Amino acid sequence: MNRVYDCLLYFSAGICGLLLLGAVAGLTGFLLWHGLPVLGLELFFGSLKIGEIVDVIFLQQVVVDGLWPAVVGTCLLVLMALSTALPLGLGAGIYLAEYAGGKAKTLFSLTFDLLAGVPSIVIGLFGFSLTLYLHRQFSSLTPCLLISGLSLALLVLPYLVRTTQTALEDLPDSLRLTAAALGAEKSATIILVLLPQALPGIFSGVVLAIGRAAEDTAVIMLTGVVATAGIPRSLFDNYEALPFYIFYTASQFSDQHELQQGFGAALVLLIICVLLFTGAGLIRKKASYRLLYHSK
Amino acid sequence: MSGTLQVVFSGRRLLFLVTAGGVFVTLSILVFMIVLGLPLFTSNSFSLILTQDWAPDRGFFGIFPFICGTLAIVTLSLLLAFPLSLGNAVLIHLLLPPVAAKFLHRVVKMMTGIPTVIYGFVGIFLLVPFVREWFDSGSGMSILSAALLLALLISPTMILVFVESFAAIPKSQVRAVAALGGNLRQKLIYLYLPGAQNGILTGLLLATGRALGDTMIALMVAGNATAQPESLLDPVRTLTAHIALVMAADFDSIEFKTIFACGIILYLWTATLTLTLRFLPYGVLKSRLNRGLS
Repeated sequence: MNRVYDCLLYFSAGICGLLLLGAVAGLTGFLLWHGLPVLGLELFFGSLKIGEIVDVIFLQQVVVDGLWPAVVGTCLLVLMALSTALPLGLGAGIYLAEYAGGKAKTLFSLTFDLLAGVPSIVIGLFGFSLTLYLHRQFSSLTPCLLISGLSLALLVLPYLVRTTQTALEDLPDSLRLTAAALGAEKSATIILVLLPQALPGIFSGVVLAIGRAAEDTAVIMLTGVVATAGIPRSLFDNYEALPFYIFYTASQFSDQHELQQGFGAALVLLIICVLLFTGAGLIRKKASYRLLYHSK
Repeated sequence: MSGTLQVVFSGRRLLFLVTAGGVFVTLSILVFMIVLGLPLFTSNSFSLILTQDWAPDRGFFGIFPFICGTLAIVTLSLLLAFPLSLGNAVLIHLLLPPVAAKFLHRVVKMMTGIPTVIYGFVGIFLLVPFVREWFDSGSGMSILSAALLLALLISPTMILVFVESFAAIPKSQVRAVAALGGNLRQKLIYLYLPGAQNGILTGLLLATGRALGDTMIALMVAGNATAQPESLLDPVRTLTAHIALVMAADFDSIEFKTIFACGIILYLWTATLTLTLRFLPYGVLKSRLNRGLS
């Protein structure tokens, strides 16, 4: 009888593994099958010639039929979210790891945990409410690139805080003691000794944050992304973005060509995100290896 | 003068302000939603909103069907994903030879990077037609389709936490069970599952949070019907999808105010999960770990 149970255990675990691998293979295979044939310059720039593509990059020409504006929109979003969240996340991470103690530390890190758990659509709703509120003061303000960028910054902030904090806390105490023994002040120790050592860990958090900002759809849906806007001219313009393009195509495509474009966009986003997340993992591994064998 | 400046701009003070700013923003998310949804609370209609059906043409603005829809999808996806994740964690940590285990672990890690909108996209064109043909009902957009995809979305989180908590079980105990002649099934039942119960609970709670907060899968493949669901093949609307869908309405209407009720509910649910996670008795796990190392 025990034998039967053992077999059952092996069998069901095997089934679980096959189901998971099958699902992943099905998903990526399906996207590759439909997306690979359209992957190329035409997907991004439509029917433009090579010379015209150069013009597009220098904003001299508009792309009508292609992913280019969506790609640019996503890059701008990531740039804005990161440039806002990075200084804040670094600052808060350093404070939590090196200065805060006792009750304050517990309270602060609990709050960042809360923020990390807030669903992205609720963050989007917050961005939207903020716009409504500001609209009463400055009537020209509508949902736009600026609001989306700031909301996304809020979304990735807890990741940056957490990775900075753990990267610093994982450093061996001998580093802090040595610096102090050499007469370095605390701020000098942090800037000159601890941060350089923690850099790979922090960097992996940044890469992860880029991935989150690039893939999130719910936040930008409420804060100013539209289906066709071209390249935004200012921070107060509407814009396009890759994940929203995919969502929009899935429900609103009118012909085979648009559907193909949607598959192409989905494949591009999948490749970008998987590369970013794998990259973050590799950096973290490198960082822990360095900590183990080189810093002591 | 330069003295005060120095105090104000001293590094420590600045860092404290930044951190406190993060706390302020986190709390103001909730405050903002409460303020903007205030008419709901003052006019004594909040309990009606929570319990009524959604039929704006008849004057009913209840989000009860959406609460049910959310809970149905989340529960079903957890029921599907939990055994799947446990099986995979056992495969990775116990059953597979090192090379294959490493491969499966890699794949699971890679899965955490797949954007939700892509699950939704593939769901619409691959899973939904399949569910439609197989069960021969409606459009194929249903609780079942959404829960299947959501299970795929939350499994990696659970698997990674499970594997980590299996690995945290002291080697001495593993060897002791092996020395007593325990086979794999006995190791699993008497050592790994009880030993990793905190980790398993952590994984479940994290996965629940992800499932509750997901918008795109529910919005794209759950069908967004406003009626109360009666079977797993019925289309439903979740709280998250409701927020995304009502945006277009008039800003002063009750219809619009209900999305703040949805937001508040989601915020409170996820906050409860986070707090529960925070106060799990990790001490047990940690002391075991230390004993194992010493």
